[in-house]
Amino acid sequence: MKKMRWSALIPLLLLLVFPLVIQSDYYRHIFIIALMWVVIGSSWNLLAGYTGQVSFGHAIFFGTGAYTAGLCATKLGISAWWGMLLGGPVAVLVGLFIGWVCFRLRGPYFALATIAVGEIFRIVATVWRDLTDGMQGILIMQTFRSKIPYYYLALFLAALCVYAIHRVIKSKWGYCFVAIREDQDAAESMGISAFRYKSLSLAVSSFFTGLAGAFYMNYMAFIDPHVVFSLHYISIMAILVGIIGGVGTLWGPPVGAFVMVLLQETFRSSFFGLLPKWVSEGHVLVFGVLVIFVIRYMANGIVGDWSKIKRIWSKEKPEPVATIGS
Amino acid sequence: MSFFETQHLTKAFGGLIAVNDLSFKVEQGKIYGLIGPNGSGKTTVFNLINGYYPITSGTILFEGQELNGLPTWKICKLGIGRTFQIVKPLRRMTVLENVMASAFNRTAREEESREKALEVLEFCELLKKRDYPAKGLTIGDRKRLEIARALATGPKLLLLDETMAGLTPQEQADGVVLIRKIRDSGMTIIIVEHIMQVIMNICDQILCINYGQEIVQGSPVEVANNPAVIEAYLGRE
Repeated sequence: MKKMRWSALIPLLLLLVFPLVIQSDYYRHIFIIALMWVVIGSSWNLLAGYTGQVSFGHAIFFGTGAYTAGLCATKLGISAWWGMLLGGPVAVLVGLFIGWVCFRLRGPYFALATIAVGEIFRIVATVWRDLTDGMQGILIMQTFRSKIPYYYLALFLAALCVYAIHRVIKSKWGYCFVAIREDQDAAESMGISAFRYKSLSLAVSSFFTGLAGAFYMNYMAFIDPHVVFSLHYISIMAILVGIIGGVGTLWGPPVGAFVMVLLQETFRSSFFGLLPKWVSEGHVLVFGVLVIFVIRYMANGIVGDWSKIKRIWSKEKPEPVATIGS
Repeated sequence: MSFFETQHLTKAFGGLIAVNDLSFKVEQGKIYGLIGPNGSGKTTVFNLINGYYPITSGTILFEGQELNGLPTWKICKLGIGRTFQIVKPLRRMTVLENVMASAFNRTAREEESREKALEVLEFCELLKKRDYPAKGLTIGDRKRLEIARALATGPKLLLLDETMAGLTPQEQADGVVLIRKIRDSGMTIIIVEHIMQVIMNICDQILCINYGQEIVQGSPVEVANNPAVIEAYLGRE
């Protein structure tokens, strides 16, 4: 607990003062998106990294949360902010249904089902125009013109999510999750209902992802099915954030989120306009290369292999203190 | 009502009858041995008791309650702990975390679980290795960890599946001491074992099976001198 408090305090303080120091809305926007990805990545990691149930469909929960918020505005005529209350629970219902169907089976069925359900949701949201307005998407009015309220809301969500997951993994649930990941037969013989605890893990994971989706709707003020139910922009990105940062570590996804969002933005903007435009087309390629690199050289991600990375660093620059002294 | 009993327990995998009409009773506080040649169905009996396989016919009664159809985790909650012949350490958890995960079976509070786990680790003489990752243990310690984890679930009946196989004579002797200590703490044990020295030494009652069928039940001396048992193990002259 003590360790968590101190190591969390410094980044939290830096993030708290960030929008006060940095006046540019552009950088604030990037950080808002990164904080949102902290939530999604951490949620994915709870399910895949700690419980061993790899999801290829976190867009299901993200999109469900986003559309819940959007439909509050377009269909119910209430503020899309109600989505912040409803988005999580609705995503949990969807998650629990998938779990109810898939968690009785072992092996890759859950992973396969998440891909399939993700595609189903995307297509249904595209075709069911009466409800979702299809590819026209949902457009609402942004509540605030300033980025600052959104920034602090995103920071609050990210901190809440990381703290909640920290508490979960240190509790009975966490031990049961990891036991299931390591050996389901052993876990069952230890009195752990694999079905129940997988479902609990999925519920927590889908709740926060749904919350992130509802936030996205309110912040971006526009969604369409191909963005929020996207296999590669959301589902695969969630996996990348987890893998790059470190699967099964608390701080892996937060680190992975910032690395991935900054990297994505760097390439998307062709190195902030410094390089020719075609560079921006290559960002998917760069992600691919990055994943190969990470899996080959640091399979536990940046956080999981931090001691390894530090060692390489110190080899390249031996004893920096001595250099300064001489 | 007996503490634990099976009635006409049968398990068929397709045409293969792995356990055939097996009935036995276990008295509380005793060590009950289950022996038989390789492939005679001993581990299958355990897998039936702890609900890993569904029963084809017959019943299992534990403290008067029928176990048929209950899921594995519920059977554990009722008070039956088991170890696996092929050990299943939770590899990326420490020894303490392995046992804590089990101890959560009887509590939801972290401190209570930790306390219970430390107690069990001390009992099993694994306390010094509590912070080792489970994947780094020797086979002897892995077998001990299996026992510790089963004990931490707070069982009344313990199923030990070949906890001595592959151990050195010294480790076996230590294992016998541990199993006696568990029995003396008031637990009932059903043990599957190949090593005759061990089984003859510690069991109060023995059931010998072959091809899933009972050959003989009785005290260790009766079983050891039974011609049918000798035939099953050594073949006919």
